[in-house]
Amino acid sequence: MKALLGLVIFALSVCAQAAVSIKPLDKVDVDVFDFQSVQRGAGYFVNYCMGCHSIKHLRYSRLGQDLRLKEEDIQKGLMVAGAKIQDSLLTAMEKEDAEKWFGVPPPDLSLIARSRGADWLYSYLKGFYADPSRAIGANNIVYADVAMPNVFWELQGLQKPVFKKQDGGEVIERLQLVERGKLSPEEFDRAMTDLVTFLVYAAEPTQYQRLRVGKYVLFGLIVLAVLFYRLKKAYWQDIA
Amino acid sequence: MAAEKAKALLNWIDERFPLSSFWNEHLAKYYAPKNFNFLYFFGSLALLVLVNQIVTGIFLAMNYKPDATLAFDSVEYIMRDVPWGWLIRYLHSTGASAFFIVIYLHMFRALFYGSFKKPRELVWLFGMVIFILLMAEAFMGYLLPWGQMSYWGAQVIISLFGAIPVFGEDLAVWIRGDYVVADATLNRFFALHVAAIPLAILALVLLHLTALHTVGSNNPDGIEIKKNKDENGIPKDGIPFHPYYTVKDLFGMAVFVVVFALILFYMPELGGYFLEHPNFEPADPMKTPEHIAPVWYFTPFYSILRAVPDKLGGVMAMGGAILLLFFLPWLDRCEVKSIRYRGDLFKIALALFIVSFIGLGVLGTLPVTTTRTILARTFSLIYFGFFLLMPGYSRMEKTRPVPERLTEALIPLEKRDGRHWQWVRDSVAWVTATHVYQHGRAQILVLIEKIKTTCCKSPS
Repeated sequence: MKALLGLVIFALSVCAQAAVSIKPLDKVDVDVFDFQSVQRGAGYFVNYCMGCHSIKHLRYSRLGQDLRLKEEDIQKGLMVAGAKIQDSLLTAMEKEDAEKWFGVPPPDLSLIARSRGADWLYSYLKGFYADPSRAIGANNIVYADVAMPNVFWELQGLQKPVFKKQDGGEVIERLQLVERGKLSPEEFDRAMTDLVTFLVYAAEPTQYQRLRVGKYVLFGLIVLAVLFYRLKKAYWQDIA
Repeated sequence: MAAEKAKALLNWIDERFPLSSFWNEHLAKYYAPKNFNFLYFFGSLALLVLVNQIVTGIFLAMNYKPDATLAFDSVEYIMRDVPWGWLIRYLHSTGASAFFIVIYLHMFRALFYGSFKKPRELVWLFGMVIFILLMAEAFMGYLLPWGQMSYWGAQVIISLFGAIPVFGEDLAVWIRGDYVVADATLNRFFALHVAAIPLAILALVLLHLTALHTVGSNNPDGIEIKKNKDENGIPKDGIPFHPYYTVKDLFGMAVFVVVFALILFYMPELGGYFLEHPNFEPADPMKTPEHIAPVWYFTPFYSILRAVPDKLGGVMAMGGAILLLFFLPWLDRCEVKSIRYRGDLFKIALALFIVSFIGLGVLGTLPVTTTRTILARTFSLIYFGFFLLMPGYSRMEKTRPVPERLTEALIPLEKRDGRHWQWVRDSVAWVTATHVYQHGRAQILVLIEKIKTTCCKSPS
């Protein structure tokens, strides 16, 4: 119990250092059957994320198969130089280097959508703000003091936090765009929706098969249940 | 000709193996009460889920690697690269939770209709051993995907053995095979999960069924149908299990599988209850998750553990909570079996117990706060009170006369007495009188008529 209490106090003290946010998570509307959205998301991933992050459990060939892309389109559009079609989406960054540069190795994003959830990812990607007190110049309202720099600042522009007084301290109420990026806020939201959609797909590529097959299986089972019900009725008609 | 040959073959077998007598004893001439209601589906459903777990488990074991460096990846390999591997894995993971839903309802049925009472004490005891084995099986299986929650859940639960005085720490090390949960632990849990415990469960299911078929099944009225036999020695209120209950159970299974498939295909994680979100992160011995919670089916007992401020006390309370269930046949002193004819004291106690059990289950999934601890302690007291005070209140009950012969499977609403049933009757009457209900009912009748005239018409 004492150890638990100690842990709680420790956790609270860690939280107290970073600015606490009271902004609830943004909701994202993910449609994995929108292949173009998944494809655009894959493009963002390769261009902006794969410098550091891998998707160890997704192969280029699988991506092409699921999104119904031609092999040469994948090779041209998505694959890094030297990669083979049956390779996974792996980063070129060495783990040791990553640890030296960021303190922690960037996590594999194969299952991040399943462990964190789509809304969390979306809010996280949109939640970077300028924080001159940090070496990487940025902080995040969803994940305080995260080691990841804001790789989308060029597209998004710069955000600054708006503070509010609460319980004697200051908390972040929301983020405000102070410098426009290449994309308008709506375009950026759409880009991040695409990226999250891609990551949701990458976390479970078999969901296409699962969701397609599901309705036929259910239909068959319901028919079976009806037949068994009639069979039961027929057998039981003489039982008082 | 063919029939004669089949008969000759059956004779040939019967001379060497008691096939016909086995078939008759356990199916064709096993007389079961004719008024089983839907709570009686869960025994056969448990058998169905057991078969599902064994069959899918075999296919999973073909592709899974019980190695700390490969386990997590091999599960993702099953999910992505093995043809239909995702289906096999979801059948197994959904099946695990379904097993506990089915077993809890099966046990609740026994409480409800007094199926644990004389002469069925051994049926209950064998069942309880199955329940313990099932918990061990689920706990060990949960480590195998080697995700964060697998790892830390096992770490927390095994460390509980360390609370035992004198040899506790040594025992915990002996269980893990290491000072922390590690490769050795994973390997032995795999062996126990795929071979030792399933074999023991199968053997006990056999004992459970043999004991049941020796004394005969209980029923919603809690009457022994063997007391009322006709001139042929067949219980007047009994019907042969086969074909009556085989066809009925087939229907029950089909409905169950529809719900099962709905979860499997459309929400296999079931909001993080069947597959927990942190378990999609590989196990990291250096990073403790903020909130470690066992899977939902352990949470009632986990809540009891947390409710006690002392670690050893908590472990004892948790063990005691499970152990008490074994003594149920001797704690309950009431002569009447079924809740239909039992007194209000037991009904109130059982209702409080159910609320507490579910309450403890919900609390066990949530992080601790002061209010929740108070709630968990209250519920724990009720849980223990239900069993420990039972010898007292079950003797004081004012029971109602038990009829000689079986009644309905479900007592119709009109026949139920008590003020709360009058409220239910009044509200049903109010709902059926509304325009919305009558309009909807007419629409559905038209639809059914349409289906009948279009689909079921035989070509003439």
